[in-house]
Amino acid sequence: MESIFLNLADKLMSQLHEGETLTLSLGGEQSTFTRFSQSRIRQTGRVDESDVALTLMRDQRRSIGVISLSGDLDLDETSALTELEKLRNEVGNLPEDPYIVLPEGDLKSRAANPGRLLAPEDTAAALTPAMQGVDLAGIWSSGNIFRGVATSTGQRHWFETETFSLDYSLITPAEKMVKATFAGSEWDQDKYERFMADSIKKLRMMEQSPKKIEPGEYRTYIASAGVADFLNMFSWGGVSEAAIRQGESAFGKMRNEDATLSPLFSLSEDFRSGLVPRFNGNGEMAPELTELIVNGQLENTLVSSRTAKEYGVESNFATEGEGLRSPVMSGGTLDEDQILDELGTGVYLSNLHYLNWSDRIGGRITGMTRYACFWVENGEIIAPIENMRFDDSIYRFLGFNLEAVTSQVQVNPDVGTYDGRAVSAVVCPGILLKAFALTL
Amino acid sequence: MDLQKLISAIDVQAEWVGVRAVQERTTSRVARDGKPETNVSQMKAGLMVEVLVDGQFAYYATSRSDTASVQAAAERAVQLARTAAPNALHKFTADARPPANGRYQTSDMLTSNPVSAGDLNDLLLKACDTLKVSDKVISAVAMARIVESETQYVSSNGSNTDQQYLLISADYTAVAQDGPVIQKRTDGGLLAKSYQTGYQVFNEADVLGRCEEIGNQAVELLSAEECPTGTMDLVLAPDQMMLQIHESVGHALEIDRILGDERNYAGWSFVRLEDFGKLQYGSSLMNITFDPSISNQFASYSFDDGGMEARKEYIIKDGVLLRGLGGRESQLRSGVPGVANFRASSWNRAPVDRMANLNLEPGDSSFDEVIGAVDKGVFMSSNRSWSIDDYRNKFQFGCEYAKLIENGKLTKTLRNPNYRAISTPFWNSLRQVGNESTFEVYGTPFCGKGEPNQIIRVGHASPVCLFENVEIFGGA
Repeated sequence: MESIFLNLADKLMSQLHEGETLTLSLGGEQSTFTRFSQSRIRQTGRVDESDVALTLMRDQRRSIGVISLSGDLDLDETSALTELEKLRNEVGNLPEDPYIVLPEGDLKSRAANPGRLLAPEDTAAALTPAMQGVDLAGIWSSGNIFRGVATSTGQRHWFETETFSLDYSLITPAEKMVKATFAGSEWDQDKYERFMADSIKKLRMMEQSPKKIEPGEYRTYIASAGVADFLNMFSWGGVSEAAIRQGESAFGKMRNEDATLSPLFSLSEDFRSGLVPRFNGNGEMAPELTELIVNGQLENTLVSSRTAKEYGVESNFATEGEGLRSPVMSGGTLDEDQILDELGTGVYLSNLHYLNWSDRIGGRITGMTRYACFWVENGEIIAPIENMRFDDSIYRFLGFNLEAVTSQVQVNPDVGTYDGRAVSAVVCPGILLKAFALTL
Repeated sequence: MDLQKLISAIDVQAEWVGVRAVQERTTSRVARDGKPETNVSQMKAGLMVEVLVDGQFAYYATSRSDTASVQAAAERAVQLARTAAPNALHKFTADARPPANGRYQTSDMLTSNPVSAGDLNDLLLKACDTLKVSDKVISAVAMARIVESETQYVSSNGSNTDQQYLLISADYTAVAQDGPVIQKRTDGGLLAKSYQTGYQVFNEADVLGRCEEIGNQAVELLSAEECPTGTMDLVLAPDQMMLQIHESVGHALEIDRILGDERNYAGWSFVRLEDFGKLQYGSSLMNITFDPSISNQFASYSFDDGGMEARKEYIIKDGVLLRGLGGRESQLRSGVPGVANFRASSWNRAPVDRMANLNLEPGDSSFDEVIGAVDKGVFMSSNRSWSIDDYRNKFQFGCEYAKLIENGKLTKTLRNPNYRAISTPFWNSLRQVGNESTFEVYGTPFCGKGEPNQIIRVGHASPVCLFENVEIFGGA
């Protein structure tokens, strides 16, 4: 696909008229999806898709057209030139946009992370034997993912990676569950089978009768996967500079009211792993590291060049949505083997579910506990708990109620596929809280 | 695209073959604070070849529609189906894809004249100006989303359908601030005004009239009292009933969830297969219908993506659960009666059970009678926060705007209203249902479900409703 994209870019750039600026932003994948339920195959298939966004700018106006690409250069050139003409006809009729940012420079980058993946027709035979004897529901996704950006100023960026993930839940007859994701780039059958066997071992812990706990405040440990859910919320009314300026962010209290989080909490946008492309849709390269919250203090936000122009601040080349692409929360000092002892008596939450701001400006988040969540007494797991609703503010549970942070950080791959397969991951530790509000 | 010609050229060893092609152009225009922010038009075009081999369906989705590419796609799908079949969850036959023939078209498509990009931008800029009723409005956003879509479907057992849609969503938002207090008001919840309709929804006088009210209410909320905390009566406006029906009825009744397909993602359901025909889901005033026949509702259609013909069905009648939200595959697997709701978000996703138009039928009470029946309670409208557990039991929802009800009258405006409850006790506390005069139609483009993930459009219509003894509370 890379050569088609580069040829398409050259062709389109050569067709531009005086005063026109164009950027192309491509995303695509060739994926195998196999869906499991009861450890058997519910649905299976392949998706071969890519699309390219053409952003045409002229006379301080901007119009964007997105088209599907077929992978046939002649066909794709024809449809892209038709779309360019359509944009040309529209852009002059739009009002002036004072915050347009034109691409600059002729920087080029290329990153390819090839993997060793299962052939699509081998998927069923490789995956299903290890999951027999338990009830598994989940999704296998595998294949290559690619991103590209080209600008009329000469920038060319390409990112390509081959990955797989089996994201699954194991379920007991009493409907208690554990959740796991086996993901990577190099398929290793033995490693997969060991990973699955370990999950099945954890499932056995869920076979005890669940304990019902009453609403109230509890000492709580939240494992890394649950913390990742909180950090994902920060991409939606959190770290965005525009959201703060426009009264849509929970972080406004940190900017405007001197509110802080715990000194134990630090968060960065960190591309140093190389697993996520640094370039955005405008071809701008984000810094390798941007510290956002340092020891509880809001130091930086994610700022797109458009926001920078509107509010007169400096861009750190975020995407226009100003969401986190490669978040890393710093680890602390709590050893993994000390978690239960330090928790003492309280709840241990492995995963959370369906988070939403219940009062965004106040920083309050509601959601559910899910999967392997336990009642712990005197440092010992007593029983799984029935799922509980929580409703608490980040200024409490990531503020004065944050007691400790684990030393070990975990990579939580984003297995989302709404807008194609994601390439990001949240890297974060687990957190121990003095109190956490369970409400229903 | 001549799908009949394409499918007749496919030569594979399969018990059944189908081809579904989708062409969809989504145009989004957004203005903020008197400046254009987005003018983007996305064309998604491609097709899914689906085959049935040894009782297992498999698919290959591609944006290439030439004969050779479609043949190659069918061959790859056959290979996948064959290797998956020994581990199939269920052995299907072609009965899962009934033959369907017919056409559907949004009724306003032929009579509605498109609004040009320039004119629509002008309207959105005026809307921003109107939303900014005072200096306290710190952000004003106007957005329009227009979808022109066509789905064609043919199969080896004789299906040939063509369905064309014109879908328009619009929203107008004001964010107001006074010191540390920030409040937001939209036009009934984010893009809740989503319809199969024509461009008449951009009538300038109507739009600007609504924007003035939205701006005024955002400012009004700044000085409003915080919603009280306590157990009291709750009256929900139709634009919040939309979300209430969607989360605590719709998803709970999707048969694929009940069968366990979604347990790794969206979740399971508290409803069991044996509950159909027996479960008292709500009070006797609760009548829920699946209705794909309301002409302007967002998710109206004639056939689902498995070829099943869609028609109005009672899902819950007099509070009793009768029928599930499941297409032909789920009906065959479960033995439970369902509806035509086996739907895919686009050409690149396989269909799963999705609610479409799911509505609460009107009752007998006028709006004044509903409010008049409450000694102390809260009237809430326009969703702003939603969360429910994986079994669709414990929910917590928040709204933008509320009024206190005292002695049968609406009194003070309240901000940050929230409530929480458990689904069936909540629906069994339904004490009054508004009549036709309170019935309103809404929809959303943003219902998420499935692995791989899919966002799909749904419609919900409801009258105003009164629920007794609900846990209500305010903000942070």
